[in-house]
Amino acid sequence: MADIIKVGMADMNCVYPPNTLVTLGLGSCVGVCLYDRETKVSGMVHVMLPYSHQIKNNSNLAKFADTGISKLLNDMIVMGAKKSRIISKVAGGAQMFNFNDSSDIMRIGARNVQAVKETLKNLNIPLISEDTGGSYGRTIEFYSETGMLLVKTIGYGTKWI
Amino acid sequence: MAISINDLNSEQIDVLKEIGNIGAGNAITALSKMVSKRIDMNVPKVNIVEFKEVAELVGGPEKIVSGIYFNVSGDISGSIMFLMDNNSSRTLINWLMSKNETSMEFDEIEVSALKEIGNILAGSYLSSISTLTGLKMTVSIPSLAIDMAGAIMSVPVILFGQVGDHVLLIETDFIEGLNRVKGNFFLIPDEKSFEILLKSLGVI
Repeated sequence: MADIIKVGMADMNCVYPPNTLVTLGLGSCVGVCLYDRETKVSGMVHVMLPYSHQIKNNSNLAKFADTGISKLLNDMIVMGAKKSRIISKVAGGAQMFNFNDSSDIMRIGARNVQAVKETLKNLNIPLISEDTGGSYGRTIEFYSETGMLLVKTIGYGTKWI
Repeated sequence: MAISINDLNSEQIDVLKEIGNIGAGNAITALSKMVSKRIDMNVPKVNIVEFKEVAELVGGPEKIVSGIYFNVSGDISGSIMFLMDNNSSRTLINWLMSKNETSMEFDEIEVSALKEIGNILAGSYLSSISTLTGLKMTVSIPSLAIDMAGAIMSVPVILFGQVGDHVLLIETDFIEGLNRVKGNFFLIPDEKSFEILLKSLGVI
């Protein structure tokens, strides 16, 4: 019987198969899923902000793309995953509100996605697929048995990536 | 040292509550005039909540809600967001347009009406802050999103998240007869403005 493990905002979790990781209502935040294809150890982190060094209050590692992904990777290695086998899938990073004079702060979704991609690249983790950007929210479910990520939206359909 | 929302003392919280109160009072008066109905309200609840709880407070992260968002600039800068569930949005639109609709789909004119209501409510809150503090500020045109609560909430939560792990939430119920609109109002001054705001209110 597979358990469904919820990952909240600025939160992370790792599971063994056949369990599923879920994040509800991703907006400008980014859901990063890491997956070891052999052991099927799966992890998900719900990133809110790009880089920890840009913010003073940075004790919560899961809040940032750089520290969140590194911590998740380490936790998965402790659970038996091997770094060389780990791949990634990414969803979220929407711009929920549109303004003509889009300031940096309003483009936070795009900045989060960029920071996630840079961090993955630095860690040499291949990005297999993504569903990012747009102006709508997403609920994501990551299935450790298959390594597939289900992306659900309101009014923009459902897809597997 | 910038002030974080977690560090507020009870006097500062009381002052922010009072702003919520006066702002909601002004908003109700404006709304009553606009829809030509007598609208009452409950005493607003001002809460400082951990950002993880916020989506739960409005019915869960997947619940469909309307969020109306404004940028604020001037002596203090930041953002304002007005959030309500779609039942409340429908009630407000019905009040404004003298309709009796129940559909949860909003057409273009209704969306525009909703933005206008948001404009008036936000303007009322801001002008009460202006009057109390002597600070000048202007508000941008509204931007509206109808989507999952978690997704919409991510925007103010991220803005707050750069200063701390808590948000300042003012809940106000607008009541007309049997109809009730539950509005959640987020005041999001940026890091420096929060200090300016508290200073001008004499609580720092």
